[in-house]
Amino acid sequence: MVDVKRIQENNYDLITIVGEVDASSSIELDTALSEALASGHKSFLVDCTSLEYISSAGLGVFMSYIEDIKKNNVKLVLYGLNEKVANVFEILGLDQLLSIKKDKEEAKLEL
Amino acid sequence: MKYSYKVPCKKEKLRDIRSFLKQILDKHGLSEIDASTLVLAIDEVCANLIIHSHNCNAKESIELEVVVKGDSGIIFNIIDKSEIFDISEYVEPKLEDIIKKQRKGGLGLILVKRIMDDIEIIREPHKNICRLTKNIKVI
Repeated sequence: MVDVKRIQENNYDLITIVGEVDASSSIELDTALSEALASGHKSFLVDCTSLEYISSAGLGVFMSYIEDIKKNNVKLVLYGLNEKVANVFEILGLDQLLSIKKDKEEAKLEL
Repeated sequence: MKYSYKVPCKKEKLRDIRSFLKQILDKHGLSEIDASTLVLAIDEVCANLIIHSHNCNAKESIELEVVVKGDSGIIFNIIDKSEIFDISEYVEPKLEDIIKKQRKGGLGLILVKRIMDDIEIIREPHKNICRLTKNIKVI
């Protein structure tokens, strides 16, 4: 139900999330983020343009890496959230805790 | 108008629950954003029951009932034979604590409490009902 891909582009890794992240599929996002951060790379863009749905299970995955991201000076920027997905981040106030940008160009400027 | 749906306790069924709800909410004229927020809250409660109360045992089931009451809003009844955790008594953990402890769980019920206007647990002899009410105008 969710497909998470990571490719290297220039000076950052691009993680693309396609589909729905709920309690049954959040493990795939978790594995992908864990592997990405373990790679030792420091700059990540997360393309959410094809992320159709996220529940607390998916938000929890992002939250659980906030400490690691800070501690290891990693830059992780999400972009392209549709209105419904952005709304879920806002209800919890996660939009204040994660770096979220409108599109890829804006996101790249954050790195 | 009343709709009901019975599903086996499998995490993979959450997607079906969401489509069932979305169809109803679309039909009753809710905006895409309002509908998606309500679908999320119900998804959270169902995921909680399926995973924590039923250990994803597909032989067991939960039942979902949607009562659309026009001007007075929508009632969602989640009916379960097993014990239902009283969400209304759930004390929200601080987000900072969840982050510090690097916990992945604990956010779902916060969402439910923030989205719904009323949460009630009704205990009957052979079933428990988690009743979630949203005061929203529907057609």
